[in-house]
Amino acid sequence: MRVDRKKCVGCANCVPVCPMEAIFIDSDGYAEINEEACVECRTCYRGLSVENLPPWPVRYIRRLLAAVHLRFQPEPDICPTGALDPNELSWPRNVRSAFSDPQVTHESTNMGGRGTAEAKTNDVTNRIKEGEAGFVVELGRPGVGVYFKEVDRVSRALSEQGMTFEKENPVTYLMRDPETGSIREDVLEEKVLSCIIESKTRLEKVPHILDVIKALAPSLDTVISLGVSTRCDEAGNDSLQGILQGMGYDAWRAKINLGLGRNSEPSQDTESEKI
Amino acid sequence: MTNTLHRFGKPETLEDDFIVFIMASRGVNHEGAPEKVRLFLDAALKYHPVNIGSGLKGLMYRPEKDLNFKKLYLEGRREKVSAEAAVASLEDSLYAAVVFDNRAAMEGFLKEVKTLDLGLSVNVSALADEVRGACRKSGITIHSIEYSLGFHGDLFRLPDRLVLSLTTMCGHGMISANFARKLVDRVKEARLTPEKAAGYMAKFCVCGAFNLSRAIRLLRTARQDD
Repeated sequence: MRVDRKKCVGCANCVPVCPMEAIFIDSDGYAEINEEACVECRTCYRGLSVENLPPWPVRYIRRLLAAVHLRFQPEPDICPTGALDPNELSWPRNVRSAFSDPQVTHESTNMGGRGTAEAKTNDVTNRIKEGEAGFVVELGRPGVGVYFKEVDRVSRALSEQGMTFEKENPVTYLMRDPETGSIREDVLEEKVLSCIIESKTRLEKVPHILDVIKALAPSLDTVISLGVSTRCDEAGNDSLQGILQGMGYDAWRAKINLGLGRNSEPSQDTESEKI
Repeated sequence: MTNTLHRFGKPETLEDDFIVFIMASRGVNHEGAPEKVRLFLDAALKYHPVNIGSGLKGLMYRPEKDLNFKKLYLEGRREKVSAEAAVASLEDSLYAAVVFDNRAAMEGFLKEVKTLDLGLSVNVSALADEVRGACRKSGITIHSIEYSLGFHGDLFRLPDRLVLSLTTMCGHGMISANFARKLVDRVKEARLTPEKAAGYMAKFCVCGAFNLSRAIRLLRTARQDD
């Protein structure tokens, strides 16, 4: 992302809307982007409404009003002149937008958002079977961001515990070796708004894995949003909630797959067929 | 889309928050899915969702890129469109989400979705016991469940509880803490109504999972408490 200085009038409305605090007003009075902090999520460009005013009269009016201690200020969701300009990205910088802009489709999984299906389609993919637990470790969320070098630390730690990484996951695609969980070196210094490590293990190992994550989390230079999933039995019950609550987790909010999906394309090589 | 799972707040502050979403899987049931997604949304309209989303085109709250003096000061802004108009404007999509602010609406909608028998995966993100109860009434047997275990790590970097409650309603992180804080401050100073502030935030949430009713309630409470 960049700011067109010919258009910017320095109103600073774009400054607070950046989730990564990457936009600031420079010494010349124009908005500027800290490229290291920017994760190319395009929130500023996409979310702000645009008034399309000519820049020079706005600057003139702002200066005039400032002289009498008044301020011309648009509504907080408006860029008055459309000064934000998304630029073309190349590898590895485009990894930032792939993981941070929910409207960019991940090439690896052909999905938008963070590019993961998790238990949401488990009724047709059978990714998480009965007796298994799926771990969804989202690093950088909420609103902190994460470098892939931190992701690498967590994925390696999970791998050491024998966790199996989900193949159809954008982070797994960035692993040099899914057996060890190591992330390819050329993206380690790239920062994203958040990304999700998906892995699974046996249900009985849930307490141990949670302890591993709990022990690792304080040393991370970010935050984690943690989710654990399982498949319910034929009556729709699960033993996971009891395990989690026994460990002191609230586990009262959940995402629940209603089991209404069907495989309507049986000729395809689907995940459920492979299992 | 863990984007709906980790909404921050105590259970009593999440009792008016139900996100129901439908999604197809490529290579499994995506053929003909856009038509089914549209049927899902058409059915949802009867239950008056507070927000819907299916990509940028199908949003109820959307940024306006063609504002001018006439629109701003004479005609008025059109940052919100009706749910019907939003559904009518959406493009083919393999995914859609609808947000309800009461259990009765969610329950009624689930019954209808079951009857429609669309064959795509349908999930509800909400308080687990509330959904279990609704499923029992609708004759739905839960297939899988994913629990939120909250936030971990360097928690000192997170904003205060009110701001976090607002920003986590867009799980993709498109509503920044500083923007939410700015709007909260303006509401407390009576420079902005809770409804207007919630609308500003909703426009940044591109998947339409932001719950306007909950946001307005939180902002009103903050204004009263201040």
